[in-house]
Amino acid sequence: MESLYLLIPISVILIFLVGWIFIWAVKSGQFDDMEGPAHRILMDDDKPPSDAAKKNHSNEE
Amino acid sequence: MNSTANPDCAAAECFHCGQPVPLNAHYPVEIEHVSREMCCRGCQAVAEAIVDGGLVDYYQHRTAKSGAAAPDAADVVPEWLRQAKLYDLPEVQQSFVRQETGEVREASLILEGIVCAACVWLNERHISGLPGVLSVEINYSTHRARVRWDNSRIKLSEILHAVAAIGYTAHPFDPGRQEQIFLKERQAALRRLFIAGIGMMQVMMYAVPVYVAGGDGSMPPWIENMMRWASLVLTLPVVGYSAWPFFIGAWRDLKLRQAGMDVPVALGVGAAFTASVYATLTGGGEVYFDSVTMFVFFLLSGRFLEMGARRKAADAAEKLVKMQPAMANRLSAYPDSQADELVAVSSLSAGEYLLIRPGESVPADGVVEQGGSRVDESLLTGESRPVMKNVGGCLIAGTINVDSPLVMRVEGLGQDTVLSGIVRLLDRALAEKPALAQVADRVASWFVLVLLLIAVGTGVAWYFIEPARALWITVAVLVVSCPCALSLATPAALTAATGSLTRLGLLTTRGHALETLAKASYFVFDKTGTLTHGKMSLLETIVLRDASREHCLVLAAALERASEHAIADAIVSAASEVGSATSRFEDQCEVAKISNFPGSGVEGEVGGRRCRLGRPAFVAELCASPVPEELVRERNGATVVALGDENGWLALFALGDTLRPDAASLVKGLQQRGKTVVLLSGDQKDAVQGVARQLGITTLRAAMTPQGKLDFVRGLQGEGAVVAMVGDGVNDAPVLAAAGVSIAMGGGTQVARASADMILLSEHLPHLLAGVDIAVKTSHIIRQNLAWAFVYNLIAIPLAALGYITPWMAGIGMSASSLMVVLNALRLVDPSAVKDRS
Repeated sequence: MESLYLLIPISVILIFLVGWIFIWAVKSGQFDDMEGPAHRILMDDDKPPSDAAKKNHSNEE
Repeated sequence: MNSTANPDCAAAECFHCGQPVPLNAHYPVEIEHVSREMCCRGCQAVAEAIVDGGLVDYYQHRTAKSGAAAPDAADVVPEWLRQAKLYDLPEVQQSFVRQETGEVREASLILEGIVCAACVWLNERHISGLPGVLSVEINYSTHRARVRWDNSRIKLSEILHAVAAIGYTAHPFDPGRQEQIFLKERQAALRRLFIAGIGMMQVMMYAVPVYVAGGDGSMPPWIENMMRWASLVLTLPVVGYSAWPFFIGAWRDLKLRQAGMDVPVALGVGAAFTASVYATLTGGGEVYFDSVTMFVFFLLSGRFLEMGARRKAADAAEKLVKMQPAMANRLSAYPDSQADELVAVSSLSAGEYLLIRPGESVPADGVVEQGGSRVDESLLTGESRPVMKNVGGCLIAGTINVDSPLVMRVEGLGQDTVLSGIVRLLDRALAEKPALAQVADRVASWFVLVLLLIAVGTGVAWYFIEPARALWITVAVLVVSCPCALSLATPAALTAATGSLTRLGLLTTRGHALETLAKASYFVFDKTGTLTHGKMSLLETIVLRDASREHCLVLAAALERASEHAIADAIVSAASEVGSATSRFEDQCEVAKISNFPGSGVEGEVGGRRCRLGRPAFVAELCASPVPEELVRERNGATVVALGDENGWLALFALGDTLRPDAASLVKGLQQRGKTVVLLSGDQKDAVQGVARQLGITTLRAAMTPQGKLDFVRGLQGEGAVVAMVGDGVNDAPVLAAAGVSIAMGGGTQVARASADMILLSEHLPHLLAGVDIAVKTSHIIRQNLAWAFVYNLIAIPLAALGYITPWMAGIGMSASSLMVVLNALRLVDPSAVKDRS
């Protein structure tokens, strides 16, 4: 029972920690776009552009 | 684009944009080792750019076909992009580009043409692959992009060109203060909601053991005391931060000597919290920290969801402001020289001359000095047909020049334009509105006053009966009568219904819209763009000689192929729909020497004969025979275009707006529900009557001015009718604002959206019917909720006042009662309530 002397204050501190993490997350814009990231994770970024693209690019400029 | 109207007119769909591939078109692109057919050179170029960029994954992941690429995307740079070079000038960049250290710059762009998540990925990958671009972030829900680049290695105009190369359009814009305020408000609301949420969870953890033990002595007092202190520490931020807006609101209400809903909320939260703190400090009585946090959390969730729905609606209007032309071509030395220079609209002054190329917007009010062209005034009039403007004709800022270049003299700028006049009219109509909403507020404030009086009365009475219990019983009354169920009853149901409607594509932008929609007895429609497509199409072909219908169409299409106005589009698309029969005539229809007579028609040579297509009078000059007047007149107000050659008349084409396919079922559905359907229109009588007859509408008014429409609606309202107005176009905006509830079509002119209470984004008319049903259901649920809240308060308050309710019972009763209300409202979210309607 006496352990509660320690556990209850710890739970309060933990909650404040969670609150602080959340405020940081809101501040850094993690909740600004609620849909995009869910889709973005499905797409691979590991194919490099082909040579043709680079050529086209230099033509444009 | 209306690509789905005729699915069987062509064999294949364009792999890129999904539009039918014209029969003789051949624009293949090899995608993942399979040759795919595109519909035009534009789509081909875009698809090649995507494949070459190593971005083929886009075609795997996309969930919707992209919009059609501009037909000239490949080689002809669109007009506005030619101006894009201008975006590189430092003085132009000032308004929307943020300079960082050195040459690093950051700008916000609005992306047009985004239809699914794959588009976002495609743009991000493509832009970030450009040399010199440091970072790019695209927000999927707002279609805004933030780009950082190194100005010494790449110019902003090059980034804009790169986006255009893959078939999208990027406009730089100034995020502005409004935007930042919205973002800040949203973040603050999220923080408040979350702090209330975790506070509630943890305080509940401390409260449950105390409730379970129930004071039977199985819990040592020091544990209970410690739990109380922990709860106090966690409730402090919930009351002091999350619930702060309620205290501010209550304070504002008190200063204005009103009793709004915030007053009892603030009093309940404040009293319960103060009493609990007092109990904790003195070690006696009861604590209600759990009730306080739970109540705050429920209220904040409702407000947060409501805020998101409103925000979406405001976006459209904001975009419109950004799209108005900021640049104009000034002819400084006119009429001596035709040399033009690009200047900012804000630097123009009256009396100057401007050049307006086809496809550009008119930057100021003025008069045509040279040239003749048709101008699309649909922004102002809602009328789909472009209007002919010749020398001396009036031009209105914001309208779009359709066919050929015009030189204009500036007469009105800024606040003096017709458009700003309409906006002022709209403001006035909006200002008259809140009267209806205030009645509801007044009733609520009486209820609140009565509640407060009962609480005070109870406190005084118990002070004389048993002073020790007086404070606790007063608090019990305030907590138990805490108008949570009452104040949640309406917003919870409205939020749930709004969510259901949004999924149907019917966006609600005002709180009162659903309530009024449920009560509406009159549905007033504006013809153009609401019941019809608001777009020209070929209604009828009358062949006047021994040629076939197909032959005439193909010939007309060949003559019009070079033009790009609404009538030409209608004829060309009708010709391509005729199908395989046309290919026989293609060879006979080689047109040479096409010349354009703006406002009259086109002339060309086919097989050595001169042919004309255009106004009957214009063609009559060539045919040397009079116009067949009676045939023209019979066409019920449709636009008639004639085709003829030197030997006489060939054919007449009747063109007009077509009805939306679901218009009839919508009108019938509304009539079955006992609503009166009225058609108001600015168009001519024949055209309006034609539409009304097809739809079974008996009440109609044609050739109405904006003022006339306003008077008509006011007249109905004077007789006690509740009017729902469905419209688009700015000329409707004052009427939309005056009507009890207004609904704008999403595809309609965007200014109307700003003032409408609801926006039909899906443009699927039966959804409006579903909206009416949901609105009726919502008002039932609101009534049930209010009845429940009333009955609950009627039973609980006397019990509490008599001292039968211990505070923990009051807390549970309050929470349970608000939970009931929310659960009842959640029935509106049930998709089956929506599905069987559409």
